[in-house]
Amino acid sequence: MGLMTLDVPEATAGYSHYGVLARFETAKALYRACEAVRDAGYSKWDALTPFPVHGLEKAMGLKPSKLPFLVLATGLSGAGLGFALQSWVHIKAYPLVISGKPLFTWPAFVPVTFELGVLGAALGAVLGMFAFNKLPTYHHPLFRSENFTRVTDDGLFIAIEAWDPKYDDRDTAEFLSGLGAVEVEHVPIDDPAEEGDGGGAA
Amino acid sequence: MAQSQDNTHEPVAGRAPLIVGGYDFRSLTEAVAVPVERKTPIGWWFFFLPSLAMLGLFGVSIGWLFWEGTGIWGLNNPVNWGFAIVNFVFWVGIGHAGTLISAILFLFRQKWRTSINRAAEAMTIFAVMCALVFPGIHVGRVWVAYWMFPLPNQMDMWPNFRSPLIWDVFAVSIYGTVSLMFWYVGLIPDLATIRDRAKTRIRKIAYGIFALGWRGSHRNWLHYERAYLMLAGLATPLVLSVHSVVSMDFATAQLPGWHTTIFPPYFVAGAIFSGFAMVMTLMLICRVLFRMEDIITMRHLENMAKIMLLTGCMVGYAYGIEMFIAWYSGNPYEQFAFANRALGPYAWAYWIMVSCNVITPQLFWFKKMRNHIGWLFISSILINIGMWFERFVIVTSSLHRDFLPANWDYYQATFWDFASLIGSFGLFFTMFCLFARFLPMVATAEVKTVLPEADPHQGEELVRVVPAGSGVEPSPQAAPAGGGGA
Repeated sequence: MGLMTLDVPEATAGYSHYGVLARFETAKALYRACEAVRDAGYSKWDALTPFPVHGLEKAMGLKPSKLPFLVLATGLSGAGLGFALQSWVHIKAYPLVISGKPLFTWPAFVPVTFELGVLGAALGAVLGMFAFNKLPTYHHPLFRSENFTRVTDDGLFIAIEAWDPKYDDRDTAEFLSGLGAVEVEHVPIDDPAEEGDGGGAA
Repeated sequence: MAQSQDNTHEPVAGRAPLIVGGYDFRSLTEAVAVPVERKTPIGWWFFFLPSLAMLGLFGVSIGWLFWEGTGIWGLNNPVNWGFAIVNFVFWVGIGHAGTLISAILFLFRQKWRTSINRAAEAMTIFAVMCALVFPGIHVGRVWVAYWMFPLPNQMDMWPNFRSPLIWDVFAVSIYGTVSLMFWYVGLIPDLATIRDRAKTRIRKIAYGIFALGWRGSHRNWLHYERAYLMLAGLATPLVLSVHSVVSMDFATAQLPGWHTTIFPPYFVAGAIFSGFAMVMTLMLICRVLFRMEDIITMRHLENMAKIMLLTGCMVGYAYGIEMFIAWYSGNPYEQFAFANRALGPYAWAYWIMVSCNVITPQLFWFKKMRNHIGWLFISSILINIGMWFERFVIVTSSLHRDFLPANWDYYQATFWDFASLIGSFGLFFTMFCLFARFLPMVATAEVKTVLPEADPHQGEELVRVVPAGSGVEPSPQAAPAGGGGA
């Protein structure tokens, strides 16, 4: 899946819309609702919030991020390459004897090794986070919902996608209403304005 | 100006609010986004245009430097390092408070940082930009400035990695890069806010591109918060290493006055001290201009004053220890260097430094002074001046009288020295004005997490504290929470 493409592989598989989007009034209500959605056995769904609601991953049943392993690897690579560069420069490429000191002066290589290790780890953290989150993704069906602009303001949402095995147009919407959602809507895959000129929807 | 609610006292039970003014999510978004969206206020131009003029002066002074050479500065034979290095160390130091606020206070779970970290990080980036100009331009032959980097070249020549000056190149440039990434990652959710509120297509596209299509998914927040935590964990040792490495530019030299082991911690404390003074100056202006007195509250200012008091005392301690070690070493050159520092031709600079850096912050022992806006502003300016003089004293007073009296001379700054100093402030303030105009000044998404209603377990504490059957009834509202997370 390349960058900037729709992160919905099933989008062309004949679904009439993306899914159901439900808004909750408080973080507490959202947390309870997430627990209920998780316990109901849904798997293709998400909580969308203007700020990280702490502990929500537990309510959603998500595993912790694997990012730290990537960061460890890129950090060690950065440090290793940095140390190798300095050793190679001073032993092989440009051997310069200063005050009769040895060529392999490893303690003097520590600061640059450390700095390059930090650079590698930081690049790993940021670029890894982008990759894991598939950023940038400029095109997403949720952006079609007028209501959804509140997600970066005060809107706390749950979206259940149409290709979830347990999904049902009516039942899922009612289920979310029953959990205390204040607004529930069906989100289309295609822009209604583009309807009729070859959109993928049935 | 309306008097805000006082949140500088901790109540007997519970915690004082971090932000006041009764904000909810929506009004908070509004408060931060409106300054970005409204028509440019006249007041902004009053800051921006003079800054731009100073930046122009910077351009002229650098142009003249490239044309004529470093002879336009007041450098002479013993004092080969003048304002350029003083300004460099000063600006790198300013940057450190931004990282301290954004990274170290984050690791210590100091939640009050959320109101000021965005602006402080921006300050870090602009300060590092100012700092990086000087090593680039002060080398004399600027067209070979790229020799600072390990680039393969036709001469088969490589930098000397045993030199602290090359460590410095790596430390400061990587510090700038990591700070920029840290800042940008923090900005993404807030750029998405501006994108979603945008009324015009241009704004939607401009902010939309940098918001990367962020939609607040918790599956994304999970990686995002992990990345943020790790960046904080990486930036913490990085920031301590940067000014340590800068101090080694001096400490590894043999020159009395530079050759001291106290330099790395002393420089780091001084950097944080000066940086907090700069954050204080900027925040005092911004909170009034952008009407954010309830978000950047008295408590924030008081906390910063306390950190300035602490780091100011550490700096004062370092001045004392330097003097003591010079005497205790029994080394006549050391003893002379320090006696000369306090009593010689640069005594005026030394005593400006001591009075601004050591005496000024002592008033912060008193709560009244920590809460006095006027004094906070004056002291922040004084400390900035004092910390600039600290670097001036270290550089020039050590250099101007070295081992042989025949070499002695006095460094007198020229017009172009001052032009580059003032010009670097122009660069800094121009960037800061643009930031304050076009980007959200406060990390809205983060401040929302410290509002009480952001806690999904709000009001549930009671259930955990009260043991079953103790006879104390939990409130009905909290009662169903017992099964939460089961």
